[in-house]
Amino acid sequence: MQFSEHWLREFVNPPLTSAELAHSLTMAGLEVEALQPVAPAFAGVVVAQVLSVDKHPDADKLKLCCVDAGQGDTLQIVCGAPNVSAGMKVPCALVGAELPGLKIKAAKVRGVESFGMLCSARELGLSEDHSGLLALPPEAPVGEDIRTCLALDDKLFTLKLTPNRADCLSLKGVAREVGALTGTAASFPPVGEVRVTSDKRREVVLDAPAACPRYCGRVISGIDAKAPTPDWMKRRLERSGLRSISAVVDITNYVMLELGQPLHAFDNVRLDGAVHVRYPAAGEKLLLLNGQTVEPSVDTALIADDSRALAMAGIMGGEESGIADDTTELFLESAFFAPDAIAGKARALGFSSDASYRFERGVDFAAAREALERASRLIMDICGGQAGPVAEAVDHSYLPMRAPVRLRVPRAEKILGIRLGAEVAARLFKGLDFHFTQDEDVFTVTPPSHRFDIAIEEDLVEELARLHGYDNIPARHAQGSLAILPQNEQTRSVWRLRRLLAARDYQEVVNYSFVDAAWERDFCANDDPVVLANPIASQMGVMRSSLIGGLVANLVGNLNRRQDRVRVFETGRCFLRDATGDQITGFLQPKRVAALAWGPAAPEQWGVATRRADFFDAKADVEALLAPLRGGFERLQHPALHPGRAASVILQGKVIGLVGELHPHWVQKYELGSAPVLFELDLDAVLQQPLPAYQEVSRFPGVVRDIALVVAQEQSAQPMLETLLAVAPAFVREVVLFDVYHGKGVDPEKKSLAFRVVMQDTEKTLSEGEVDAAVMAMIEAATKKFAAKLRS
Amino acid sequence: MSDIEQLVAQATTEFADIDDAAALEQAKARYLGKSGSVTELLKSLGKLEPEQRKRAGAAINSAKDRIEAMLNGRREAIRLAALEAQLKAEALDVTLPGRGLPTGGLHPVTRTLERIEALFRSIGFDVADGPEIEDDFHNFTALNTPENHPARSMHDTFYLQDAPGLLLRTHTSPIQVRFMEMHKPPIRVIAPGRVYRVDSDATHSPMFHQVEGLWIDEDVSFADLKGVFTDFLRNFFEKPDLRTRFRPSFFPFTEPSAEIDMSCVFCDGNGCRVCSHTGWLEIAGSGMVHPNVLKAVGIDSEKYIGFAFGMGPDRLTMLRYGVNDLRLFFDGDLRFLSQFK
Repeated sequence: MQFSEHWLREFVNPPLTSAELAHSLTMAGLEVEALQPVAPAFAGVVVAQVLSVDKHPDADKLKLCCVDAGQGDTLQIVCGAPNVSAGMKVPCALVGAELPGLKIKAAKVRGVESFGMLCSARELGLSEDHSGLLALPPEAPVGEDIRTCLALDDKLFTLKLTPNRADCLSLKGVAREVGALTGTAASFPPVGEVRVTSDKRREVVLDAPAACPRYCGRVISGIDAKAPTPDWMKRRLERSGLRSISAVVDITNYVMLELGQPLHAFDNVRLDGAVHVRYPAAGEKLLLLNGQTVEPSVDTALIADDSRALAMAGIMGGEESGIADDTTELFLESAFFAPDAIAGKARALGFSSDASYRFERGVDFAAAREALERASRLIMDICGGQAGPVAEAVDHSYLPMRAPVRLRVPRAEKILGIRLGAEVAARLFKGLDFHFTQDEDVFTVTPPSHRFDIAIEEDLVEELARLHGYDNIPARHAQGSLAILPQNEQTRSVWRLRRLLAARDYQEVVNYSFVDAAWERDFCANDDPVVLANPIASQMGVMRSSLIGGLVANLVGNLNRRQDRVRVFETGRCFLRDATGDQITGFLQPKRVAALAWGPAAPEQWGVATRRADFFDAKADVEALLAPLRGGFERLQHPALHPGRAASVILQGKVIGLVGELHPHWVQKYELGSAPVLFELDLDAVLQQPLPAYQEVSRFPGVVRDIALVVAQEQSAQPMLETLLAVAPAFVREVVLFDVYHGKGVDPEKKSLAFRVVMQDTEKTLSEGEVDAAVMAMIEAATKKFAAKLRS
Repeated sequence: MSDIEQLVAQATTEFADIDDAAALEQAKARYLGKSGSVTELLKSLGKLEPEQRKRAGAAINSAKDRIEAMLNGRREAIRLAALEAQLKAEALDVTLPGRGLPTGGLHPVTRTLERIEALFRSIGFDVADGPEIEDDFHNFTALNTPENHPARSMHDTFYLQDAPGLLLRTHTSPIQVRFMEMHKPPIRVIAPGRVYRVDSDATHSPMFHQVEGLWIDEDVSFADLKGVFTDFLRNFFEKPDLRTRFRPSFFPFTEPSAEIDMSCVFCDGNGCRVCSHTGWLEIAGSGMVHPNVLKAVGIDSEKYIGFAFGMGPDRLTMLRYGVNDLRLFFDGDLRFLSQFK
């Protein structure tokens, strides 16, 4: 909502500066988004009439003008504007005038003296128009200060209104609010009824009273649709951001801005029979004023005559029944359309109109007739014509209710945390012009017809708080019961995990949850991702089912920026279709943590051979994240990963994620040069940590034995470890694989795995026999299960 | 000079010239060894008269003691010299860089979220979480925003294809609703997370973060809201003089509602480019929980009052660290991210 301060002050003129007025509106919830002067500061510019125009003796494009600027003598001014002509009135900057960035002096232009400057709109800072001199209306008085003539000492207020305050979508509404805020009474000139001098009349029928419980209309005949819109009206419209179109349209817009009531003018000659408000027939189409042909939904109310649809009620008029320059007879509509009937309709068709914007938020349902009279008056003043009688159809049962709302002052005080008192409440309600009855500190308030946001006690509490001033409510330090928040020691916070990854040289990223469908195909073989109906871009069209795509994209982006080492991680949700779902049926939304490492395992540094991060670096990171729990790893076939260098991660018998090297195919497609290693794990699984449980520390010496077993190349180590542990007696504390060897002394088809067995009993020193028996049992088991041979 | 004194003098000179532990031990043998000069002298004592033997014996022993002392002194000197040499040889260029892995870092917004959580935990707020694919009920209806409510046009919502009524949550408020469904008052909780709106330009990202806060108890007021949020901002920005301004506003799920401005952290409210010369920065929306919201989750709105607030941690991060482009947060550029260790 944008408007001229002059216009507002015509209705209410509190003793406040523009800035103070803006501040009080902002602090009352009508945020003033911008307060700008209509024109920049300048002085010494007056209305002048060009008396004669002659050629400049030495320049083709310049002209020598003789100008009457009301200074007694005429002035000689050199001017280069193409549109300068004798008789026209223009702004003239006199010698000594100060324009934005320019001081006017008497000067010689190509040898000819010039005493001032004739100005374009741009030179005065009024617009960007520099095509020629700013032509002033012929009646502009010569010599008058241009700031007075064009009312340039005005300011533009731009309000950012919240959807509940539709009552302030008009000058009248804002003025009413300013009155309540400042205690300066707002006054509105009474709108009288115009004299009815014609009996032309059109019947109005409400076929859809729920959508339109009140409709007023009147015929005005014998108008001159080509009559010019007066400058003062044009100026106000322009200062509200509306372009002047034609007198009738301008008048309907003007009244909408002034009173908040959208109006529509039909060409009466093109109407047939009665005017109806009805729902569309099946397949009924309508060509709108914006050129769009629509097929309104069954619950969209239309304005129609006896033979066809004319307009989308409260949203936009139809092209065929609209007025034109040759229109001589109007049917002027002023109606109340219910917010529920209008809400969302224009948006569904991809546009918004000033009318629909107001109706869907709520227009004063008691003001239709007043606005009709106001518009009739202006039309007859500007375009002439004779008014017919008003036809009004009302269905009171569908007009909005204004049920009385109770307000208990102590309740308001409790919610706000202040002492207010009944007298103050009464004063504030009076300021708002709310009707109420009072029983000590309980008020019963009947909301006015222009307010659509007062339905419950809290709404009135807000009104009181607003007018009392939020600034006058004290800030109180938090007070409450002090209960200690539970801390589950078997779950660590995600912050610990993030810090752990950061300590292992990963940088956290935050990637979009919507991704390119190609990533889902490439990295997840997911041909049925969760698709957005209205994505912001096609490459952000589906929800990710894995964090991998985003991390690969991070790698690509950073390689383009010439990074030689990229290590990134992310925690976040993934989105999967699932018949059961968790909180949302049909979808699982697990949280995951994933990381990717590319390039040297450590930054190039002195004294350390550089090597690329590989599978086992990523695996070490996974193991570090899971510690002290120990995960299992099983060979994995996964679309994103190298088939020989990928493992699923298993924790407590459940697959919780994967680790591996990116498949060479994707390394090539995404031009990565070499393969990154990555892992992705279920976040909740990683966050669990066992409660430490004490085990007795042995006082007896331990024994360490190494066993080297020769097995087939393709034999995995983990099942061997598991087997060794399974057959080991309780005193075997630990079995670790500490070496993998192939080469001299080992069959080329085979490899040697060396295990270190740590044995210690808490009860006694182990005997040689016990130790040998344990080692023997382990070797036997390995021999039997994996055809292992003890390496000699 | 007697032979003995001569011997001592000779040993003194000899030992002083030796720099090597092995040579010193060889020299020692020449004096004190089995056939060393001093040993020989001692052996010769037997040939002397008792009276003479006593005197000569004392003199030889004294000489032996002195030689041994000299020897020990020399041994220590050689050891120290060797140590000195070793230390010198082992000296490093301590200005060479240390080896190993550097450290990564948290995302700046995550870092902010961690701070926000910690600050609110310190006054007893729990932290809640919820789904990002949300249903219409939790995102809108339960928050007093029925279908066609004009407030819905304030959120340009992402919808799922072929899943009517499902959407990407437009704010973290549905987490509140879910939390209230599961917990009875008193409730003190914040809900951080990602949210989504169909909006993308220099100052809007289609995905961004929010933190919602909620306090419901029997005696919670607007004055508490002002106090808690002002306290939070002062501590978040570590500016004890930071001022806040609460302005009436509209949210369907609060009544009364307030927009919260804080004095600009760059110019302390004097006006600068960042605050468009107003001295104020819009920082959060807030209000007293609408009774319809409490009713929707079965909380007695006559007995309980609550306040709620919602803020943008992305913006808080920008203000805290002076980041001037929101898009940097979601671009994965290590040159930017690695500044936040």
